[in-house]
Amino acid sequence: MSDPTVRFDHATLAYGRREVWRELSLRVEPGSFVAVLGPNGSGKTSLLRVVLGLAAMSAGSVEVLGQPPRRGNPAIGYVPQAQALDRDLPLRGRDLVRLGLDGHRWGVGRPDRTSARRVAEAIASVEAGAYADAPIGRLSGGERQRLRIAQALVGDPQLLLCDEPLAHLDLRHQGEITELVGAWHRRTGRTVLFVTHDVNPVLAFVDHVLFVVNGRWAAGAPDEVLTSERLSELYGSHVDVLRVHGRILVVGEAFGAGFEMEEPHHLPSTADEGAHAPEVVP
Amino acid sequence: MSLDQLVHLLGYGFVQQAIEAGIVIAIVSGIVSRFVVARNMAFAVHALSELGFTGSAGAILIGVSPVLGLLAGTLLTALFIGALGVRVRERDSVVGVVMAFGLGLGVLFLTLSSGFATQAFSILFGAITGVSSGDVLLLLVIGAITLAALAMVYRPLMFATVDPEVAEARGVPVRLLAVVFLLILAAAVAEAVQVVGVLLILTLLITPGATAEQLTAAPGRATVLSVGIALLSVLGGILLALLTNLPVSFFVSSLSFSCYMLGRFAVGPWLRGRERARGAAVQGVVAVGE
Repeated sequence: MSDPTVRFDHATLAYGRREVWRELSLRVEPGSFVAVLGPNGSGKTSLLRVVLGLAAMSAGSVEVLGQPPRRGNPAIGYVPQAQALDRDLPLRGRDLVRLGLDGHRWGVGRPDRTSARRVAEAIASVEAGAYADAPIGRLSGGERQRLRIAQALVGDPQLLLCDEPLAHLDLRHQGEITELVGAWHRRTGRTVLFVTHDVNPVLAFVDHVLFVVNGRWAAGAPDEVLTSERLSELYGSHVDVLRVHGRILVVGEAFGAGFEMEEPHHLPSTADEGAHAPEVVP
Repeated sequence: MSLDQLVHLLGYGFVQQAIEAGIVIAIVSGIVSRFVVARNMAFAVHALSELGFTGSAGAILIGVSPVLGLLAGTLLTALFIGALGVRVRERDSVVGVVMAFGLGLGVLFLTLSSGFATQAFSILFGAITGVSSGDVLLLLVIGAITLAALAMVYRPLMFATVDPEVAEARGVPVRLLAVVFLLILAAAVAEAVQVVGVLLILTLLITPGATAEQLTAAPGRATVLSVGIALLSVLGGILLALLTNLPVSFFVSSLSFSCYMLGRFAVGPWLRGRERARGAAVQGVVAVGE
């Protein structure tokens, strides 16, 4: 029972000579909701790839549900960024959710009632029934993300990984999607790792944050980590953390004067600019 | 030619063989074209096909079955493309580089072998009724192997095609499947070339899948429709060619093109309109569209 859902132990990830993060030690306890924060290129997505068994670390160790990470672990659900899809792609929301259930299995796959029922339940749980049979390329970003949540949850995972699931969504849809994830978390008591630029939409659900900047990291309760002192230390330059109307804004010299953000920026995470990128947890 | 004569022709062994081979080829093409369209691989198909030509030209030069040479050409090309450019951005340039060189070889083989003109014509434009019975057997075997491979990878390949990011996260070997699909594609090209020829290959490996996309949003149904359209085009093409003594590939490409135009501009819009009307009736307002 006391086994952490995810445990990093002095873990270092490097691509070639560039260290994405080093000496990361972190215990994600069962039932916690962890926000993974940090600027673009700080290796937030790489962290999820390690947990998924898609990237290997250069030093240290990691355990997922008490075992080394492995590809295709059925105990993990995964929600990606909202992407635009081809309008003519012959794929309905129902098919997308179904792929989350058994798309990884070999063979053709025959229709069967049990799977169809599970898919229908997952769709109902995110209230996407009204458009689950429409071509997915014609849905709005918010509708598609609801189906993505259903796709990730249909396999009844122990651990849910979300990689910037709010990117490209407006504030209303951001709220709806985080509410869905939060409700699942509360209902099942399972674990969530939520990668995001902006902690504010998930602030109500988060019990821990991991903040990664330029290979350095800080972890703990939001109030411990999201302080001017900790983040200044992490960025290596002066950073102010402001609490305004229940929102958290991070303002720093490195980002240019008076930087403030209502909506997260969505730059492709290929940039290696770290603290210079004008986005951080507002 | 009258219908009586057609029935008489259908009694001939070579016609029956052509129809048997045509059925297998159409089924393979129908399924494969779905993935070709979804994975945006028209250019790769064309390259495989043209290097299949080089392969069969080489085979004729050394006196081997042109069908075998064709298959060798397409498989070799598939392996080459797979090894050099699995990533989408690289793929087109790798395909272009390989295709240009391979066609150069084809020209050489064509020049070296004398009396090649007729055979070259049938490889370029297709001649299913002229395929020897040994080769028909070979086509059936290749077709059966291809179908078996497709059946094995169909579901994860579909996952990797329409939703690569999540497929990878769920443990689907996305890169391996890309190479496996190239090999399946190579076999499908070698098959389809027998009916429509190297130059008209896309009529069987793009058009059925592209037409099916116009008709349904359900992936399984789209695959079935694609196979249906390929069967209609191939079998209809063979029969019309027998009736008129005009080239098979002309009829196959005309039939598949007609299916596409009908689907794109008549049946597809009509189905979508009906769907919208039904959706509106159920929900009051439909939440489809941006």
